[in-house]
Amino acid sequence: MDYQVIWFILISILFIGYFVLEGFDFGVGILMPFISKDDVDRRVVINTIGPFWDANEVWLITAGGAMFAAFPEWYATLFSGFYIPLFLMLLALILRAVGFEFRSKMTQPWWRKAADQFIFWGSLIPALLWGVAFTNIVQGLPIGADKNFTGNLLHILNPYALLGGVVVVLIFVLHGALFLSLRTDGEIKKRVEKISFRLWLPIGIITAAFTILGYWNTVLFEGLGLVPGTLPALAIITFLATFAFMRYKMQGYAFGSIAATILLGAAVVFYGLFPNVMPSSMDKAYSLTIYNASSSDLTLQVMTVVALFFVPIVLAYQGWSYYIFSKRVTRDAISRPE
Amino acid sequence: MEVLEIARWQFGITTIYHFFFVPLTMGLAVLTAILQSFYYRTNSHDYKRLTKFFGKLFIIIFAVGVVTGIVLEFQFGMAWSEYSRFVGDIFGIPLAIEALMAFFLESTFIAVWLFGWDRLPKSIHLLSIWLVAIGSTLSAIWILIANAWMQTPVGYVLNEGRAELNDFVAVMLNEQMLVMAQHTIITAFVTGGLFMLGISAWHILRGNQVEVFAKSARIALIFTAVASVLAATTGHSHAQHTVKNQPMKLAAMEGLWESEEPASFSLFATIDQEAKESKREIKLPYLTSVLAYNNITSEVKGMNDLQAQYEERHGEGNYIPPVTVVYWSFRLMVGLGIVFILTALYGIVQWWRDRLETSRRYLKITTYVMFLPLLANSLGWIVAEMGRQPWIVQDVLLTSEGVSPNVSATSMLLTTIVFTLVYGFLAAVAVFLLHKYAKPGVAEEDTDAHAY
Repeated sequence: MDYQVIWFILISILFIGYFVLEGFDFGVGILMPFISKDDVDRRVVINTIGPFWDANEVWLITAGGAMFAAFPEWYATLFSGFYIPLFLMLLALILRAVGFEFRSKMTQPWWRKAADQFIFWGSLIPALLWGVAFTNIVQGLPIGADKNFTGNLLHILNPYALLGGVVVVLIFVLHGALFLSLRTDGEIKKRVEKISFRLWLPIGIITAAFTILGYWNTVLFEGLGLVPGTLPALAIITFLATFAFMRYKMQGYAFGSIAATILLGAAVVFYGLFPNVMPSSMDKAYSLTIYNASSSDLTLQVMTVVALFFVPIVLAYQGWSYYIFSKRVTRDAISRPE
Repeated sequence: MEVLEIARWQFGITTIYHFFFVPLTMGLAVLTAILQSFYYRTNSHDYKRLTKFFGKLFIIIFAVGVVTGIVLEFQFGMAWSEYSRFVGDIFGIPLAIEALMAFFLESTFIAVWLFGWDRLPKSIHLLSIWLVAIGSTLSAIWILIANAWMQTPVGYVLNEGRAELNDFVAVMLNEQMLVMAQHTIITAFVTGGLFMLGISAWHILRGNQVEVFAKSARIALIFTAVASVLAATTGHSHAQHTVKNQPMKLAAMEGLWESEEPASFSLFATIDQEAKESKREIKLPYLTSVLAYNNITSEVKGMNDLQAQYEERHGEGNYIPPVTVVYWSFRLMVGLGIVFILTALYGIVQWWRDRLETSRRYLKITTYVMFLPLLANSLGWIVAEMGRQPWIVQDVLLTSEGVSPNVSATSMLLTTIVFTLVYGFLAAVAVFLLHKYAKPGVAEEDTDAHAY
């Protein structure tokens, strides 16, 4: 196998890992104002993702770094082309982190309200923008012969891309709700479970509409064909299964199942793009592919060795951190001054 | 303003701001780990309280460093896409490894440490803060491998208009990186050490928890004394490397227009960049030769000779960096370094005379000096980065060739302004919280089982 193919797969894995992991903490951040009756509730909700959100975000930083190293042209075209959306995303991520880290450092209600706003918008905006960005990529972008994006912000914020943003936000919200049903108890757990039931069908309908419209709007069907293959079929099955697990109160399986839907859905996107990474809508010859966007073979070889060594270690200790913080966060534990 | 100029301001502002907090994080991580190790070994309640106290301050600073760090990684692609295309084959590697090897380690174990106080065995909990400290130092090394390549490119060939890797080990063990990494890590320790010393002194001065803070003051003092002396020696070897690989930078640092043999050190001068001369100079004989070659005989090349060499090799152009800024930043940085050494040694003397807690004058001095390393760190980077201009990769790629061609001046300006405002807001919040949490001193009992 070409090193380019290996690295395309690895970067796909990093982005997919990022969506699966940060997906639920974005969802929790978006849900937080709607499922909390008081400050103790909000603290319970925030503490469910307390030990995880930062390390989840590192998946994005690693994906960015790996893209820079393995496909510099992809990195340069994507990041300079999406200058303003990425700027907004950075601001949102900064304020979100500040909200998490500094919220409980003061007890004044105005301070905590401000932090809550940062957490809510800081979770909503990046989720939306990731949907918009990846929809744009599969739509094809006005990329010229010099590999530069030539469109403007309005081009990026086209209606179909915004619909993609909404789809991602909604799925992340469901993902977050199912995560919360694992990490909370009592009233909060009841509230998120109610929300999960209410959201499941609308999400299914909107996502289906988005997918069908994709036939006219994206390059994906050219690569994948009309009849869905194994990956899309599994994505649909896991989404249906999520409801069944919710129905039978098997929260762990429901969470795993929606995580699988996100994983498979994102995998479909990358699989459909392959071997392109940024298809050009101006001329197919201008598309960035894994071959014309990649680093030299030596760089890819070095990076492969590094990845083979470190990725298992990272997965091991990150998994361990989920294990040690698997206990439910309760109102009692939050309000008890030890 | 041109896009290029705004992009440079943006990079300068966001990077200096980030590096305002990072050395403090690196230093405090190690010091907090040391405090916790004392707690682990002695089981003394005081060390536990100190660990929690400095740990809280550490977390506030760490948070600001983290959030401003993501911007940097995105910024290369966003504002400097041509640069990214040119260097990605080499420059991307350390960035990716930094994330994989250091950021995951830091972010996972900072959470384990923060949320794990009563849930983990003491040894595992201690290990987690050490892993954070190791992670933050590792991340510095990887980003310095990347930066060192911009200062002294090695292990590459030019192919199809970009730099391609041909020797990974050369890039990893770039001599430039070795001298920079020593100096940067050591000065981060000075920064953390003086911070802990200053905070401790502040409490001792106010008669607050004197016995507890006398302990942290002593640890900080030993730490700073060793580190501040090493900062000078590592800085000296850095200069000797610079004269070999970036002679123009060294000449600019010295305001040296004409070559001299042996070269004297300019203590004060007003630089006239247009006329290409330094006026009103006060000079100390031989010292620049000592600085650059560690002897009193060698010739040090001046900027005019170097400019002529550059024109021969690279064609017409201005290859001289902004001299005034580089010259004065260097002088101030070195001056501050001397202040740090004196502060630490004076403290050791006071300790030896058993006056550490009673010498109000000394304690007061340290509460001011504690902020100065932040300035010295920034000045050092101004010398390193501005001294390299007009190159973005020394002698290989000009800064003007690196900027994104498809980002408008309006976008660049607008985002630069917003970044500056948000960062200003962040700084205000961080300083406010640091003051709030530093002021009461160590807590009598733990009150927070949950961090958020």
